[in-house]
Amino acid sequence: MKIKKFMKETLPVHIMLILFSVIMVGPFLWMFLTSIKTYEETIRIPVQFFPKAVQWVNYQIVYHKFPFLTLYFNTFFVTLITIIAQLLVVSLAAYAFSRLDFPGRNIIFLLMLGLMMVPGQIFIIPRFQLMVQLNITNTLTALILPGIFNIFGVFMMRQFFSSIPKELDEAALIDGCGYFVIYWKILLPLTKPGLVSLGIMVMLNTWKELMWPIIVNRSMHKMTLSAGLAMLIGEHTTYYEQVMAGAVISVLPMIIIFAIFQKQFVAGIARAGLKG
Amino acid sequence: MNKKKHGYSARKRKEAVTGFLFIAPMMIGLLVFSAYAFFQNIYFSFNKVGAFGKPQFIGFDNYIRIFADPNFYIALKNTLFYTVFGVSFVIIFSVIIANTLNKKVRGRTFYRVCIFIPAITMPAAIGILWRWMLNYKFGIVNYILEKIGLQPVAWLSEAATVKWAILLVLVWSMVSYYVIIMLAGMQGIDLSYYEAARVDGAGPRQLFFKVTIPLLTPIILFSTIMSMIGILQIFDFIYLMIQRDTIAYQYSMSMVTYFYELAFVKDLRGYASAVSIVLCIIIMIITIIQMYLQKYWVNYDN
Repeated sequence: MKIKKFMKETLPVHIMLILFSVIMVGPFLWMFLTSIKTYEETIRIPVQFFPKAVQWVNYQIVYHKFPFLTLYFNTFFVTLITIIAQLLVVSLAAYAFSRLDFPGRNIIFLLMLGLMMVPGQIFIIPRFQLMVQLNITNTLTALILPGIFNIFGVFMMRQFFSSIPKELDEAALIDGCGYFVIYWKILLPLTKPGLVSLGIMVMLNTWKELMWPIIVNRSMHKMTLSAGLAMLIGEHTTYYEQVMAGAVISVLPMIIIFAIFQKQFVAGIARAGLKG
Repeated sequence: MNKKKHGYSARKRKEAVTGFLFIAPMMIGLLVFSAYAFFQNIYFSFNKVGAFGKPQFIGFDNYIRIFADPNFYIALKNTLFYTVFGVSFVIIFSVIIANTLNKKVRGRTFYRVCIFIPAITMPAAIGILWRWMLNYKFGIVNYILEKIGLQPVAWLSEAATVKWAILLVLVWSMVSYYVIIMLAGMQGIDLSYYEAARVDGAGPRQLFFKVTIPLLTPIILFSTIMSMIGILQIFDFIYLMIQRDTIAYQYSMSMVTYFYELAFVKDLRGYASAVSIVLCIIIMIITIIQMYLQKYWVNYDN
């Protein structure tokens, strides 16, 4: 009876899930397998699945051809600074929109929401011209600056702030606390889930972004991982075992981090999505 | 009496000043990088703007040119193709997969990690990976096709198939992301709805269509709009997977791909600005239509 139930209900689910998992993860396994073959093994017809011997040398070659350490540092640095700066700027503004009364508050907020709806391409040419004028093309600053002022972040954090009862503020005010203290010591800790969510979203977006980095930073040593990978294609279209090695170097750390922190990741992404 | 009134308005003034102070960093940043950029983009669209030199005013010339530009219409057509099919497939598959992931089986977490991996991977890596897998001679996709008796396809260089190749990669990566959202939505559904339906004798299929889907419609709406806005701006995969000097490029070019080419390859920045504005208007119109239609199919929990 129990086996019958297993066969009828649980097994089909497992089969489906295995199928979906293979579809999603399979390509990455292929990426890895390709990266440890020799060039001849990658172009063999019919396709050879496994290499005769693991070619770690591919990784060495790519690592020397491309400054992966620099790319990693750049991406990491840009992500970290963007997150810290954004969380501060955005949460401060969100607190003000949620808790403080000032003339024009609602109009300004609505205008911001309107601006949020505008697709990114509208801003790219003027921002690029601005970077050229300020002479900060090919710098990490140029990658960080536009990303700090995230309107969706303000919107989301404001939702979080608004869900905290106002009595808390009022009690603190009566005790003589200033607005900043209320924000910093009381409300911010209470909105930690929102901050984590936002941080994760920013990290993913900075990591994934391609167009802006390739436009504004042309020098290899100032690129992010994404931009660097795009360059990999331009120069090494034929040696895919090296290209794949580069790709593995780029995606593996994020996958490992994700595997460890998957609960927070998923919760963060879901929360950001559902608040919308 | 006077003191009280004075104290009240002083506090109100302090609150207002603090408010302005707190929003200042954000506002300054937005003004410099977004608001000014927004208006400057409009300004550029009425000018001829090259890589160097001053913009030259040419009035509505750029916009008139768009109407007569065959490449623009090709890009538009391709983009609408990606959007219509992309959104449909992404929503359908992500709901199905999320529903399966929602079942109580052992190893759920492991399956979830596997299925979510494309969602956290950078498009640059995904693009070069699939470029290799769809390779005509050596790609594993064609190998599998041959194994099951079909003909290999020149996915990325043949006009007829390149759009489908891009769509495949697009859907593959986006489903992974939206499964997360759909699953979260499903987990938010009150179990009592299922209980009530089961008492009425509903089987799993009915539970899915009569309980899960209707209660998921707000999330489906959100996902539809978000994925639609995202796909309308598709650029990364096409940039990474298609060579610019092949015929396939024309058949896969999206609006943003065209924008990028105009602005940064051909240095026709004024024209590119106009294209970006038209794209923006198209996106807004489609979004508004979607928001208007929502009352016909979205259920909101009272």
